[in-house]
Amino acid sequence: MTLPGYLDLAPDVRARFERLKARDVILQVEHLTKQFETRAGRTLALNDISFTTHRREFLCIVGPSGCGKSTLVRILAGLDRQSAGAVLLAGKPVTGPGADRGMVFQGYTLFPWLTVKRNVMFGLEMNNHGRAEAEREALQWLDLIGLGRYAEAYPHQLSGGMKQRVAIARALANQPRILLMDEPFSALDAQTRARMQSYLLEIWRKIDITIVFITHDLDEAIFLADRILVLKANPGEVAELIEVPVPRPRHPRQFAGPEFRATKDRLEALIHPPALGDDADAYPEMPRLTNVADEVE
Amino acid sequence: MAALRVGQSLAPRTARRLALLSFVLPLLLWSAVSYIPFVWHPLILITDPGDVDYFQPGMRMDRADFRTEVAHAVAAHKPVPQGVPANPIYLPPPHAVFLALFTAFATPPATQDGNWLHESLWHSIQVIFWGFVISSILGVPLGILCGAYAPISKLSEPFVEFFRYLPAPAFGALAVSILGIYDGPKIAIIVIGTFFQQVLIIANTTRKLDFSLVEAALTLGTDQRRMLTRVVIPAILPDLYRDQRILLGWAWTYLIVAELIGTTSGITWFITQQARYQHFPNVYAGIAMIGIIGFGTDALLGLLARRLFPWERSIAAQFGASTA
Repeated sequence: MTLPGYLDLAPDVRARFERLKARDVILQVEHLTKQFETRAGRTLALNDISFTTHRREFLCIVGPSGCGKSTLVRILAGLDRQSAGAVLLAGKPVTGPGADRGMVFQGYTLFPWLTVKRNVMFGLEMNNHGRAEAEREALQWLDLIGLGRYAEAYPHQLSGGMKQRVAIARALANQPRILLMDEPFSALDAQTRARMQSYLLEIWRKIDITIVFITHDLDEAIFLADRILVLKANPGEVAELIEVPVPRPRHPRQFAGPEFRATKDRLEALIHPPALGDDADAYPEMPRLTNVADEVE
Repeated sequence: MAALRVGQSLAPRTARRLALLSFVLPLLLWSAVSYIPFVWHPLILITDPGDVDYFQPGMRMDRADFRTEVAHAVAAHKPVPQGVPANPIYLPPPHAVFLALFTAFATPPATQDGNWLHESLWHSIQVIFWGFVISSILGVPLGILCGAYAPISKLSEPFVEFFRYLPAPAFGALAVSILGIYDGPKIAIIVIGTFFQQVLIIANTTRKLDFSLVEAALTLGTDQRRMLTRVVIPAILPDLYRDQRILLGWAWTYLIVAELIGTTSGITWFITQQARYQHFPNVYAGIAMIGIIGFGTDALLGLLARRLFPWERSIAAQFGASTA
């Protein structure tokens, strides 16, 4: 079995990754292992995961369902505890949730009883900024995401895309070192998702933030990421860390470009390896119903 | 009307009409039984006693006995007693009860130390109010703590669950011997009847909190102390309010039993007193008064909810659909 050829990095792309790796390490994950204790016994969700993320890097994590990518990001956020290994944020071990790591969830998780402005102020108030200062900063963030007009609206009055923009602003208002995003756009319709992707890249370019982005959408991963961490399932392990050769700034028209195609082929090969016989069991040949009169192609 | 379909929603006009009809239908039934002579009317109201010596005008007689007396009188060629079909005295017609709703307030108390109806009602409202407030001061925080923290839940809920099955009136005699014969034991019965349900219901409401909001707050740097005040409580507040409305209704259902304990007081005193004099329209008026106050309070609280929780669309929808 041979995997499709992987595009060699062009000299300028290679130089870009050299510069990226020369930057400070923000996030360091070392031999991370997570076991779940269930009645049926122990399940190994993550096994010996190691990688580093540099300052202002955009890292996407992809993998088949059940590879533990959500568990991984929850451990990075401090919402779950690892069984073994370490997570270091700027050299300091992560022991629980904290304002130095912002998180955007798949569900919108805006506080429904607070206005848009108060939602963005929430983190600042929790970290003991004064009310007036929090309000000033919240309004700045709302202007940045283009929702200044909606400062006094309640979340239920916003569309899904707008809610997720507020959630991003709320996470960024705390000025975290790193922004963790767990399939943040997967509940949005295709058009909104595409706009949100361009939009996120724009925010990322404007401010000093490192992003770790979980997705199951390979196009999304290639479009957004500097590097893509590919996990495989049962147990969740690192399959490969791919450096995306698609040049920046990114544009949707690059989806048809050769670098994009090559990267996607490589990801497909890693995540959906050619069938080894089990596919025939999972998708048996469908019998043709005798009462169907017309032949269809 | 269209056939019934599961999950079908109604146009607001239709909903309002049906809501109105839910009151009109029982009223129509009651009117039919009261005003149509051949519907039920098992008795005869005597208008002229004729020659029967124990008959008196205004007396209600069993239909068969009346016929026997009429037959006797006819056979003996004596004046024949006259009467009209009537219902038992305990079923007054609607107009008498509606009239009583007004006259009851205007009627001075029968005895020197008695109370006007509005005084009795006010007394009942105070008993309910204090019972509900005392229960809530203890029950709401405990319920929230049980819902939020598993150790507190395990430490208190099993006992509360057990106590919930003990009928509150069973504590009546005990409450009187501890708290005297006046309002103390009455309030205690309402507290006992409300508190244990309250803890369990509010604990469950708190547990239904969308946990992703707690996680979002954690990643924004919220500490445990502020998690309760800034996230958990605001998040459950609309549901908590709805629970309190239901619990207040329950508190009302304990009122009559509570007021019978020790010295009878309040609306219960009015109802029992009127029943003793066989003023049944007044009895129904008194009972209806409880319903009107309870239903009215709940409607007001529902209106208030729309102002209190502007972000909560389900309350507005539910309220708009349920009342005319």
